[in-house]
Amino acid sequence: MLKKLLPFVEHAIKKPVWDCRMCGQCVLHSTGMTCPMTCPKTLRNGPCGGVRENGNCEVIPDMQCVWLKAYDRKVFLPLPTVWKEHFNELRPPVDMRLQGSSSWINLVTKRDQQTPAGWSTNDGEH
Amino acid sequence: MSLMREKLENSNDTVFTAEFPSLDGGGMAKVEKNAARLAPWFVGVNATDNPAAHAHASNTASAIAMKMHGIEPIMQIVCRDKNRLAIQADMMGAALHGIENISLLTGDDVTAGDEPESRRVFDLDSTQAINIARIMTTGQYLSGRKINPAPDFYISAVENPAAPPFDYRIERALKKYRAGAKYLQLQICYHPDRLEKFCAGVAKIAPDLKLIPTIVLVKSAKPMSFMNEKVPGIDIPQETLNRVSAAADQAEEAYKLTVELAKHAMTLPAVRGLHVTDFRHDDSLDRFMYDLGQKPRN
Ligand code: SF4
Repeated sequence: MLKKLLPFVEHAIKKPVWDCRMCGQCVLHSTGMTCPMTCPKTLRNGPCGGVRENGNCEVIPDMQCVWLKAYDRKVFLPLPTVWKEHFNELRPPVDMRLQGSSSWINLVTKRDQQTPAGWSTNDGEH
Repeated sequence: MSLMREKLENSNDTVFTAEFPSLDGGGMAKVEKNAARLAPWFVGVNATDNPAAHAHASNTASAIAMKMHGIEPIMQIVCRDKNRLAIQADMMGAALHGIENISLLTGDDVTAGDEPESRRVFDLDSTQAINIARIMTTGQYLSGRKINPAPDFYISAVENPAAPPFDYRIERALKKYRAGAKYLQLQICYHPDRLEKFCAGVAKIAPDLKLIPTIVLVKSAKPMSFMNEKVPGIDIPQETLNRVSAAADQAEEAYKLTVELAKHAMTLPAVRGLHVTDFRHDDSLDRFMYDLGQKPRN
């Protein structure tokens, strides 16, 4: 029951504020409270090379680049330090099976942290 | 071992790279002709993957053809057209043919091309794709399924040193390095001050990451204005445009500007070479390389 209801509740709350796309594996805290799924290329690890001179998006010229917004917010918003530190972490590819499910449930069950068996990051090795 | 790796990791040589013209017919004769023009100067040449969102002969097929004609390919893979399965298949296909230089890019959007109605894929972003290439060099696919023996990729990426958000571009370079990129080819940049800041920043936080800025050979102010207006991510200062457009001999002035930009770029920290984009298609490529003190490779 909850599993059916929560996606609606989550979407109702997150859509107006963050334009939530219900990817089911929320990373808002680490992206300056800016949803990377609203980037037309759905980039989760930083901006593409097409950001315009005025800071607007390559694809939608009258929209500010999502990652410019994210970076500004990360720098200027009074967010918890650990959230800011997570800004540069390598976020894994989206698990398409979670699309439409509630990231709140996936957070509690840790389902959103499951990655393919081969996935590993190299942080700190260099 | 790829020549790119050999030169960048085990020598202090300046490494020049270029772009192989897109192939749309003309068969191997066309490959041969272009290979002959580029072979004397370039250690590696990019085999592009539907550049500017236009379909052409595929990245893998082009890379194989280049290799057959004595050119070491740097095979690009963009995230726009292929999902994670297809991207891994591209890489294993390259490995099958002994192609080791792999460059992972986000890719221009479909709206930049002539089929803007296409579905955009972006199943991975470039940093994830770089990381998966690195994972494959440890002997497994993303799923964990074994690859034996592991492919010996020499992984690279691209970055735009002159597009906002400027400070973050440096952190992003480090992120790509951590994911597995050993060098970055940089987007065309007509702002020497921005390039300077970017290279200094990278040298400071990722000392082993090598940078290859791009410079463009153009014949007049027209293609410069085109890039300035039509290519998101490229900005050319008005005075630079004026300098070329007001010159009596635009071709010569544009050439001089390119040499200046190139020489400046080569003095910057972390810079190990140059990527030369040739829009002139005349004899100035040879002149340019000689002017930079290079000698043709045998
Ligand atoms: S310019 Fe920014 S918002 Fe637009 S596609 Fe690139 S990264 Fe995404």
